[in-house]
Amino acid sequence: MFTERLWGILVDSFPKILLPGLTMTIPLTVISFSLAMVIATVVALTQFAKIKFLTPLCRFYIWVIRGTPLLVQLFVIFYGLPKVGVVLDPFPAAVIVFSINEGAYSAETIRAALESVPAGQLEAGYCVGMSYLQTIRRIILPQALRTAFPPLSNSLIAMVKDTSLAANITVTEMFMVTQRIVARTYEPLALYIEVGLIYLLFSTVLTKLQRLGEKKLGAYGTHRG
Amino acid sequence: MLEIKQIKKSFDGTDVLKGVDLEVDQGDVVAILGPSGSGKTTLLRCINFLETADSGELIFDGEHFQFGHISKKDIARLREKTAFVFQNYNLFANKTALQNVTEGLIVARKMGKHQAISIGKQALDKVGLSDRYDYYPSQLSGGQQQRVAIARALATNPKIIYFDEPTSALDPELTGEVLSVMRDLARDGMTMLVVTHEMGFARTVSNKVVFMENGVVVEANTSKEFFENPKMPRTQAFLQNLSGENNT
Repeated sequence: MFTERLWGILVDSFPKILLPGLTMTIPLTVISFSLAMVIATVVALTQFAKIKFLTPLCRFYIWVIRGTPLLVQLFVIFYGLPKVGVVLDPFPAAVIVFSINEGAYSAETIRAALESVPAGQLEAGYCVGMSYLQTIRRIILPQALRTAFPPLSNSLIAMVKDTSLAANITVTEMFMVTQRIVARTYEPLALYIEVGLIYLLFSTVLTKLQRLGEKKLGAYGTHRG
Repeated sequence: MLEIKQIKKSFDGTDVLKGVDLEVDQGDVVAILGPSGSGKTTLLRCINFLETADSGELIFDGEHFQFGHISKKDIARLREKTAFVFQNYNLFANKTALQNVTEGLIVARKMGKHQAISIGKQALDKVGLSDRYDYYPSQLSGGQQQRVAIARALATNPKIIYFDEPTSALDPELTGEVLSVMRDLARDGMTMLVVTHEMGFARTVSNKVVFMENGVVVEANTSKEFFENPKMPRTQAFLQNLSGENNT
């Protein structure tokens, strides 16, 4: 089974799969997730502040995005929009879909974290003369982000793997490259396990980073009353 | 210095404040006493606009304001002259003791960092926490947290400090350290309005007592008169109960 030929294929393909991992999967994840965090924070704060007209809009956005498959969203943007004259390259199309999709989920994570900060923190901010926005920015949001950090790390790790869906809209990321090598060599078992291990490697690095981040954020101890 | 006229507040149709009057002069330490649910805390929170009173008048340093018709700007301006100490401290959990004290100075009052830090350290020294500048609230005892909160209040150089049951969340041993800090403030001439259940404090530190029940003031008097010679049957009964407790 495990022949020299197979070993040769695996060794040979490793850099070929890893390279798009570094040039596609990671940039796609980093850019999309960063944008998603911006969207999520704005959407969460809008709801937290109960801003008129915008809050129902935020709910609508979350409802639509969470209620439809990521794959369908990718197809609508990449294959659907050209019908109305909007033609996007695969990579930007993927960035748009991943950031909008993740933004909806993370908005809920951050909203829950904001709501978990005791109301007294805002009142204390008022009482030392700070405005609503000052207190949100300096007191409430930092505490909320600490609470939100572990679930957001979850989302980041999930996104690394979800980027494999971008193969469906012709983004040449790791999975697509693997599929091509499989088509040429006909070694699906070994090669798909190999790409799986590379995803696992990426996720492991992120898990370590999460632990470091939590340690750093944990500097001020746990909430008490 | 501070005068409240006919302040009214209801929550969902329940009248919590039914027209309360209150007067605080410069240097006064006024204790607001009364059973739970009498509206004491609501009164204090309305005075600092943490709750919105329905009607009434607030006179602060000669300026007149109508509750319910006051602008955000005026609220912010009034809050800069006052400070508030909460029952459960409400220290900023993500800031050290020193940062808790300097935050309002740097962010709200746009004070330079160096000056703020020097004022902050002075304030913490004053409440006996010179060795706790860099501790986070979660690393401090309840009594220490409340003293940081008092330092935070002091640092802004307020005309009056409102205290909302500042020792109610503390065990008796820690209550002592907070009360002694408040006693020092009173001695320095700080104007204070204190909602409290501490009869010892009301008797020995405050110079005026306001007794509330069911959203009205039952009796307002000097501390001496209130404790030695209460006028109303309700306050007489209240004090009778207290002395009964002390004798057993």
